[in-house]
Amino acid sequence: MVSSSSPPINFDVAIQKIVREEWGYLLSSLIKSLNDLTLAEDALQDAVEAALHHWRRNGLPKAPNAWLLTTAKRKAIDKIRRDRNFDSKKQDYLFLTEPDSAAAEDEFDVPDERLRLIFTCCHPALDKKISVALTLQLLGGLSTAEISHAFLITRETMAQRLVRGKRKIKQAAIPFVVPDKSIFSERLDAVLSVLYLIFNEGYSATSGEKHVRGELCNEAIRLARILYRLRPTEPEVIALLALMLIHDSRRTARFSGSGELVTLENQDRRLWKKDQINEGKKLVEEALGCGNPGPYQIQAAISAVHADAASYDETDWREIALLYQELYKLNPTPVIELNRLVALSYFTSAEEQLDNLNRLESEFRDYQPFYAAKADFLNRCGHYKQAIKYYKLALKHSGNENEKQFFERRLKSIMPLQEC
Amino acid sequence: MKYIALIYSNEATDPVPGSDEFTRLIGEYRAATEKFIEDGVMVAGDPLESVNTATTLRARNGNLDTIDGPFAETKEQLGGYYIFECDNLDDALKYAAMIPTVNYGSIEVRPIMTIEG
Repeated sequence: MVSSSSPPINFDVAIQKIVREEWGYLLSSLIKSLNDLTLAEDALQDAVEAALHHWRRNGLPKAPNAWLLTTAKRKAIDKIRRDRNFDSKKQDYLFLTEPDSAAAEDEFDVPDERLRLIFTCCHPALDKKISVALTLQLLGGLSTAEISHAFLITRETMAQRLVRGKRKIKQAAIPFVVPDKSIFSERLDAVLSVLYLIFNEGYSATSGEKHVRGELCNEAIRLARILYRLRPTEPEVIALLALMLIHDSRRTARFSGSGELVTLENQDRRLWKKDQINEGKKLVEEALGCGNPGPYQIQAAISAVHADAASYDETDWREIALLYQELYKLNPTPVIELNRLVALSYFTSAEEQLDNLNRLESEFRDYQPFYAAKADFLNRCGHYKQAIKYYKLALKHSGNENEKQFFERRLKSIMPLQEC
Repeated sequence: MKYIALIYSNEATDPVPGSDEFTRLIGEYRAATEKFIEDGVMVAGDPLESVNTATTLRARNGNLDTIDGPFAETKEQLGGYYIFECDNLDDALKYAAMIPTVNYGSIEVRPIMTIEG
């Protein structure tokens, strides 16, 4: 029973929302002053607990973030004092005890240090899985339980991953800095790939768990927006945000009423979120305007072309094939060539591209999308017997129930034609 | 902070003394070492004799076991090291990437533990 004097339950929810929104901002500011990730994290956690207690009684302060920061700093001082080496380190922490740091609780005016934290979390010396977890926790303010839930692994495994990452940051002295010019673009690539991994983890969710995993898409977009705000002139940052917005605009349309995955070809395009598409398209233009095309810009441009089409058949496949050609120049992989040939086959014909596709076959081994594409080409060419063989291969190498059902339906529909 | 850069390569395919390749490599090592000294990060650094010269010891229950060879057979062998004094991992990685063997072997960078008190 909730007693009548308790604040309504949504008050706690409101506090949690503020905390999560501000977490990365506050934590990076604290790491900057304390020069110690664990101390900063513990102090902020303590401040949040104090806030829950205090705000429930007294209501929200004027600037909750300033309140949290000041309280966290006090908590940090307490912790440092309890450390028996405090006297020898006193000089290092003088700034924390300066009167003005405690004064302005109703004003929040501290520099945004989140860019440093992003680069620390996504440092290439950390395993990508660890970077993903650290980014979600330290910048996104997600709890270990929330992250492990979203990644469908146990809380213990996720906790270990996080501990390992934080230990390496401390012991190997991974710096809390924005990398200098000579390595900036390479490090930015690492950051972008971590954000895209988070997004795809949520986007590739297939059934039951799609709601929690959709949260990962939201979080990846939120983090990309932060990065965009901090670095507004990096075309690949803008493009990644655009790419995620446009992909995510189809989230609802990707699932049928019974929760089955619906391919792009068969999606009800009226369900696509127009505002997200428009924002994404505007960002694509902005990124391409910088005149330095990179892989995210081209991928975003491809998804924008899809977003513009009224139906799958009316897609500008010529443009898509050209964009894949550009992408192949930057990143020559057989998967990109496969996508280019598929687009070309719609613009020209499956017959014309079948030889090219056959030439690509030796590049793949047990790769389901290749078998699916080849089956489709053969089907469109009327080579049904061969098409059946490839649909069966695609079926065999598919790990996804919905895909399997799709191939089974295809097989059923062409089985009667195989004598042709 | 001190970092050790452990230099690994496949001894079987390493440049052989006397070859032009070897002479060039030695020149590159000399230049790299000079750069480390000039930048004030060099603490120590040495090449090791071949892994064929390694002897491994293990004492269990008071019995000392002496084995001819390295502690583990691996594709690439430890062939040398540098110790750098750097502010953080980024600096250590920057210098480790200048070690010539990075182009055909592997460099493992690890912080050296500080024992306080």
